[in-house]
Amino acid sequence: MGCGRVGTMIATVLWEEGNHVIVLDANPESLRRLPEELQKEAMVGDGSLEEDLRRGGIEISDAFVAVSTGDTTNVLAAQMAKHVFQVGKVVCRIDDPACFEMYKELGLNAVSSTQLISNLILQAVHS
Amino acid sequence: MYIIVVGAGKMGYHLTKALLKDEHEVIIVERSAPKCEAIREELGSMVIVGDGCEESVLREAGASRADVFITVTGVDEDNLVACQIAKHRFQVGRTISLINNPSNEKLFVELGVDVCVSSTDIILSHIEEELPEHSLVHFMALRGSNREIVGIRIPPDAAVVGQVLGEVPIPDDSLISFVLRKDGTLVVPDREAILGSDDEVVAITTAEGEEALRDVLTGIA
Repeated sequence: MGCGRVGTMIATVLWEEGNHVIVLDANPESLRRLPEELQKEAMVGDGSLEEDLRRGGIEISDAFVAVSTGDTTNVLAAQMAKHVFQVGKVVCRIDDPACFEMYKELGLNAVSSTQLISNLILQAVHS
Repeated sequence: MYIIVVGAGKMGYHLTKALLKDEHEVIIVERSAPKCEAIREELGSMVIVGDGCEESVLREAGASRADVFITVTGVDEDNLVACQIAKHRFQVGRTISLINNPSNEKLFVELGVDVCVSSTDIILSHIEEELPEHSLVHFMALRGSNREIVGIRIPPDAAVVGQVLGEVPIPDDSLISFVLRKDGTLVVPDREAILGSDDEVVAITTAEGEEALRDVLTGIA
């Protein structure tokens, strides 16, 4: 869910590895970033809506990745995937560091781009 | 009580005014500066400009001493995250959230929002009450289970009119709580109670069982 640069890259790599990938984004323009083969099955939809997740086949999915730029949308979608649809593997991007820490404590598999990028830059500065 | 309200739309504004009138201490958190300014001019300096989904903003709003935390933005995901931060970071005893999409209610309750208010469901139940052909009205969902309280009006031509309750095949997952008679008297029915035309039967049932209950009570002879 979320087809920005990050979503596009993740989807493409997973697809190249041979996985069946469905990409969901609210903006049809964003889906044009995808390789043509992935565009065929990509869907315009709101990842925070149960109906749209269901339409994307979440009930039979093995993994759900929420990487839109909206923290709260990612958090709602990821928690829905985990608690309502019991998806085995759920990964959620949360840019706000405080929010990221809290959801990690609550057991959500969260990744903070803010924290990762800051750490990398700090490392570069210190080296 | 000390109450934090997130979202200063129409709902947040009127809610805050009502809470202030009841002599609660209220603070509003709102992202839009112009909206905050308008409220400040009318109600005084009890507004914080900021994102209610950010821990630092809620700290500034005094979330750690709040008794009640209410989110009424038009965006469900923002309501959820704000409530979860209030609950898990500031241990607010009671979190209340507006639900814009009724299908989110179950998830919100499961994730620890104490009270969910679904505007769609409330309006729908009022409309159901006004429509004569709607024999079943949803009053409320019971927290922590999939049970709900419903009201069913018995039509004059129903098969159960004149029957004793003990002989009516009420579905297993449903429990008749009380009966409001046409003349306004309230009866807690035993097995011998006789059902009458235009009685309003209030029952606890499940989402799956409500159809069966309705069919039993309103089915035509």
